[in-house]
Amino acid sequence: MSKGDTILADLRLGLSDIWPAAVAAIPIALLFGALAAGKGLSPAEVGLMGFLVFAGGAQFAAVELWATPAPIGALVFSTLLINARHVLMSASLVPKLAGFSRGQRLLGLYWMADENWALAEKRARTRPLTPAYWFAMLVPFVIGFVSLSTLGAVVGAALGDPRRLGADFAFTALFIALVAAFWKGRVTFWTVAASGLASALAYRLAGPPWHVLAGALCGLAAAWIAAGAERR
Amino acid sequence: MTLDSHTLLAILGMAVVTYATRIAGLALAGRLALSERAQAAFDAIPPAVLVAVIAPSALATGWAETGAALLAALAAMRLPLLAVVLVGVAAVVGLRALL
Repeated sequence: MSKGDTILADLRLGLSDIWPAAVAAIPIALLFGALAAGKGLSPAEVGLMGFLVFAGGAQFAAVELWATPAPIGALVFSTLLINARHVLMSASLVPKLAGFSRGQRLLGLYWMADENWALAEKRARTRPLTPAYWFAMLVPFVIGFVSLSTLGAVVGAALGDPRRLGADFAFTALFIALVAAFWKGRVTFWTVAASGLASALAYRLAGPPWHVLAGALCGLAAAWIAAGAERR
Repeated sequence: MTLDSHTLLAILGMAVVTYATRIAGLALAGRLALSERAQAAFDAIPPAVLVAVIAPSALATGWAETGAALLAALAAMRLPLLAVVLVGVAAVVGLRALL
């Protein structure tokens, strides 16, 4: 096979690997745009956030915390905490990017997300990762996420008051579903219990945004204690 | 097409910290050895933060919201993401009408 053929084959493989994840992200992106519009973000702001941040969980949390004017400190802190897992993901992925130039690494890692990371890790077990494969996964995923969340914002703004349809509760339900996706047994149970109680208490006693910090720290402490107890 | 400068600043802040977490691997690769316990604590960060964000809505708003959160949690054991959202939203509309 010539070099051009290899690149073409890798592009095709990347596309065929990412499309189920991209399709699954369609309703999530629409929902994100609609909820963001309900908090007063414009379609342009929603699209820009999708392109620049490109992190579903952190973006949903940000919109839930959103107020006017935006509480920048709380938003950035919550984003950093939720995306802290990327540190471990990229540390594991970087040694597998041997065929990448420095620029390709810096650009390619910008849009590393749970889905394309997991697919790349899976592929790296059998074949070396190539830039063609990686960027073929990235480009349609990013374009789809950005355009559909922007569309969701346009549609959501037209729907009006989200509370009328119970849509204000969609966040809570969505986050409960996301927590289930991160579930790892007993340790997660104690994490969730400690975080929920501490956050609700801090919300009552100190108000936002302190509930996020209190909940996150107590949840982490509970995980540390529960994981230690498990080993004995 | 409106872009508020304060909102833009918030988005840029979120983008910078997110990118930092994504390229941290370039500096750390091969040097990071977490203990099993530290790994478990690290894995617990996303659920801890997600729950902390929604706890006021789920636990400190009213009985309708707490009930709907419980139903959504039950649904989350079996159903995919969007179905859980639908169950939660339908439950909160129903319970708000009843209670």
